[in-house]
Amino acid sequence: MAHSTDNANVTRRDFLYVASSAATAVGATMALWPFIHQMNPAADTLALKEVEFDLAPIVPGQIVTIEWQKKPVFIRRRTPEEVRSAEEAPMGELKDPQADKDRVQKPEWLILVATCTHLGCIPSNLFKGDFGGWLCPCHGSHYDTSGRIRKGPAPNNLAVPPYAFLTDTKVLIGAEPKPAATPDRG
Amino acid sequence: MSHGNYTYKPTNAFTKWLDTRLPIIRLMDESMMQFPTPKNLNYWFAFGAILTFMLVVQIISGVVLAMHYVPHETLAFNSVERIMRDVNYGWLLRYMHSNGASMFFIAVYIHIFRGYYYGSYKAPREVLWLLGIVIYLLLMATGFLGYTLPWGQMSFWGATVITNFFSAIPVVGPSITEWLWGSFAVDNATLQRFFSLHYLLPFVIAGVVVLHIWALHVPGNNNPLGIDVKGPADTVAFHPYYTTKDLFALVVFTMIFSYFIFFNPNAMGHTDNYIPANRLVTPPHIVPEWYYLPFYAILRSVPDKLIGVILMFSAIFVWALLPWLDTSRVRSAKFRPIFRQLFYILLVVVWLLGMLGQQTPDGNFDFYGAELPISKLFLSQFLTLYYFVHFLVLIPVVGLMETPLPVPESIAKAVLAKTGGSTKPAAAVRSPETRV
Repeated sequence: MAHSTDNANVTRRDFLYVASSAATAVGATMALWPFIHQMNPAADTLALKEVEFDLAPIVPGQIVTIEWQKKPVFIRRRTPEEVRSAEEAPMGELKDPQADKDRVQKPEWLILVATCTHLGCIPSNLFKGDFGGWLCPCHGSHYDTSGRIRKGPAPNNLAVPPYAFLTDTKVLIGAEPKPAATPDRG
Repeated sequence: MSHGNYTYKPTNAFTKWLDTRLPIIRLMDESMMQFPTPKNLNYWFAFGAILTFMLVVQIISGVVLAMHYVPHETLAFNSVERIMRDVNYGWLLRYMHSNGASMFFIAVYIHIFRGYYYGSYKAPREVLWLLGIVIYLLLMATGFLGYTLPWGQMSFWGATVITNFFSAIPVVGPSITEWLWGSFAVDNATLQRFFSLHYLLPFVIAGVVVLHIWALHVPGNNNPLGIDVKGPADTVAFHPYYTTKDLFALVVFTMIFSYFIFFNPNAMGHTDNYIPANRLVTPPHIVPEWYYLPFYAILRSVPDKLIGVILMFSAIFVWALLPWLDTSRVRSAKFRPIFRQLFYILLVVVWLLGMLGQQTPDGNFDFYGAELPISKLFLSQFLTLYYFVHFLVLIPVVGLMETPLPVPESIAKAVLAKTGGSTKPAAAVRSPETRV
């Protein structure tokens, strides 16, 4: 074999050591992946991604809690005053600034994932907090009538799930955009 | 211990044969019988033996409970109630296991604070101390996982809050949380994996306990004086002296344990956990098990999620830094007048944090029924600040500033000085029927 002078001490065996250890490391890492990935949501869990709900019986001012993807979801038919207070909230006061119109498809209907963005409790429908929305009983986060965090430890607004109105009184929660399927499973 | 003169001699043909092949009897004899132990250990040093006993109790009661428990979201709660009502002695086994967890933590906290008071973390016992911290973290994880299994309201929502700690991690937090859950919320997948891990971790703990005891047996026990063993006069054999002393402490401890099992089995639990888990209703007030309360109070003291979680984990991690934060070369608090006061202040601070963790986060502090004119938020922030100042500022500074009291020359001399010189024991041996 032709060696250049500066790596004259590098033998064929050194190369084999490095190559085989590298291959072993990569292989071990790849073997680890199924053991890690098995803990991610399974196919049947991912399949629970859409829920249809009939809005007709909900009266203005009422909040209904339904289940979607094992998570509670608030559907709130807001009164005109609640809509106004949500729209008029000064942006500068918001911890996680977002306009009310970006959080609803129809101003009357507020649809939110009902898990507090702090540590996952369900904010209370009974105690509406300082801003007329929700108060989380666990650690005292206050949300406004748009589900935005206004006071307390939660870092973000209540999440808006993907949804679509099928008719004026029917909503499909989880509709758009579709969560990535699992193509690797074929 | 290096200066131990071990004298194990296999006596019969079998033990001689075994000793040259697997010297396990020799190992047991040297580490559990002859092992030279400082002669001045007090009862605070009995908790290592008590903890070993509790680990065995938890593993045995847990293994048999697993024969009846069903880790499934629709069956778990009812299977626990079936254990309570229908399984022969099921109530005893479950109360033993649930109260056993609390007793385990009582013992481990005494054990940790004993180590703190007598400086057992200082050289050459740093690795011993770090292994202890690892065991404590594993215990917390195991306790948390086990508390989820009955699938009551506190199980479910406690699991929700604690798994959400990981969602505070920037960017990847939510994915990690879903990975932990195996779903989009705490779910059946979560329950099943928690059961699997709850069964596994105690054996991991047992493994680390072996390392902990190994690391103890290299430098030998610390002692209430915190001074090194100088020679054979300072020690006695572990058996029968400390086997007997530990056994007596264990009997007393078991009596307290039995009081809870038989007369007050739900004192350390939460009534809401007898309500089946409901993912659509959060209980008005979520509290963790009592042994996590001080850390829970630290978490809630900060109105920022990520910082709260970081502070809470730091509050545990700071104990691992103790060997390097404490600048004093004197081990025992007996000879450190200022450190001793800081120790007791820390005990009070941790207790108050625990009380805060138990209470709702808003309003004024409720001190055993009396409402003090101080808001809980302010008090918990003040105490959290003090907690970290204690470890990160006071302990390093006091070690440098403090003038320690004179330390005795040897354990033997200190022991004899305490009993009034060497004549008394000798006189007692000469005429044991009279009081000396």
